[in-house]
Amino acid sequence: MSSGTITRAGTVTPQGQIARYTFAERAAHWINAIAYVYCMATGLALFTPYMFWMATVLGGGGTIRFWHPWVGLLYLGAIFWMNSQWKGDMAPIPEDEVWKKNIKSYVQNQDEKVPRQGRFNAGQKMFWKGMLWSSLLLLLTGVVLWFPELISQKPALRGLHWLLPLCAFIHSATALITIALFIIHVYMSVWMTPGSLNSMIDGTVSTDFARAHHRLWYEKITGRKS
Amino acid sequence: MSNSTLEVKAISGHRGGTPGGGHYLQPDATTRSGVSRDYDVCKLVDTTTCIGCKACEVACVEWNGYEFRETTFDNTYQTMPETAWNFWNLIKFDEYTADDGTPQWLMRKDQCMHCEEPGCLIACPADGAIVQYTNGIVDFNQENCIGCQYCVTGCPFNIPKFNSATKKVYKCTLCSDRVGAGLEPACIKACPTGCLHFGSKEDMLFEAHKRVDQLKANTSWKNAGVYDPEGVRGTHVIYVLGDASNPEKYGGLPANPSVPLFVRLWKYPLKWLGGIGIAAGVLGVFMHRVRYGAKNVEGEEKRA
Repeated sequence: MSSGTITRAGTVTPQGQIARYTFAERAAHWINAIAYVYCMATGLALFTPYMFWMATVLGGGGTIRFWHPWVGLLYLGAIFWMNSQWKGDMAPIPEDEVWKKNIKSYVQNQDEKVPRQGRFNAGQKMFWKGMLWSSLLLLLTGVVLWFPELISQKPALRGLHWLLPLCAFIHSATALITIALFIIHVYMSVWMTPGSLNSMIDGTVSTDFARAHHRLWYEKITGRKS
Repeated sequence: MSNSTLEVKAISGHRGGTPGGGHYLQPDATTRSGVSRDYDVCKLVDTTTCIGCKACEVACVEWNGYEFRETTFDNTYQTMPETAWNFWNLIKFDEYTADDGTPQWLMRKDQCMHCEEPGCLIACPADGAIVQYTNGIVDFNQENCIGCQYCVTGCPFNIPKFNSATKKVYKCTLCSDRVGAGLEPACIKACPTGCLHFGSKEDMLFEAHKRVDQLKANTSWKNAGVYDPEGVRGTHVIYVLGDASNPEKYGGLPANPSVPLFVRLWKYPLKWLGGIGIAAGVLGVFMHRVRYGAKNVEGEEKRA
């Protein structure tokens, strides 16, 4: 049985599920995710000799050197697409500050001490902000690393050589920050929060999921007050 | 260009130790196996006796089998602004006016300096794309090069040059193929004035200092000196400069070259912190699941 394409989040499906992510949101997320994993794998190959075997797996060092920047652009395109869809729901609300104060309770699964949250909780917003700013930094430094020959072979740009080591360092350090965020993100969606991975695949969550994790959003879309 | 008759000292992007060799971080390594027949080799360039004939440029291009590339006229005698992927040896010309108004016509043979601590090799991520031999030669193996140009990032002399057609980086080999066969580099052989010398580092330093003493005693070059920069632990190409107080005026020769700070931070602390951090992160989230379990919410509404 094929269910219709979800074009609007926050509706209740005939099966009693709540539409959480539209098809466009999920498409943007997975294009972004696949591009990210490729860039992470190839980036790690270029980062440490202990991961250089990854270059061989993915077609050889020259191949990954060629594709890493292009796939990076695809990643950026997808993250900006997501941003255009989620900007509103990612905006801070007063409850976020209470959530951040009680982050320990959230981590220890004492969710009764955690304030009610909107479509995205304060942790998801922090993850989002971290990824968005890191991506911009990766873009700026990555463009410099893409074409070092312009600096080394154009006498007019020779004075900018100091940019190369700086960008190489910042690019790697920023990428490591995104890997930390990525590990937490994947763990939480795949293992820690049942229903979460499925919501990004099928687009729907149960009413229990919406009510427990995103009470303010749940109340808004169902009109119910408990 | 790889050469099997030379003993390897350090390899780029390599896991673990160097087969049969030491490591540039342990210059006196006793782990070296076998018997080394090599001593540290060195080119000595005496800028005060260079006449700018460019025989070394021609010999370099000829020995390495490249077409003579197009030149750039910029109102000086310099062949082109920088060395190129297929032009590894360039005489840099500078017309300089000294403080007392004396015009100086400065010439310096620019090429790879073959640093004892090579920034290119430290930065390179590709296993075996750059090797340092025990005799001091730093050599690129194009078959292992992936074209990322991290070597360009690591080099304080702007020597490695990218060829956008082959997507590989090239530079002076110090004629490792000739040296490995007991010959002197092509540029040395071509020099008509004897301003280029080749031998052991020890002998070349001795000759260089002798020449500097001579210049100070008998000429107006009172600031003469030897250029063998300590920031890269010395080089296997050394200069006698008429005015060592200002190397920059010799075609932009850096006064205090070193492997860039951010290359060091990137290749040493960040690499280890990153590796440990990723492992700790994966283990950490696993332990979180084991300790605190999952956020099960199904049926919560009915319980409430």
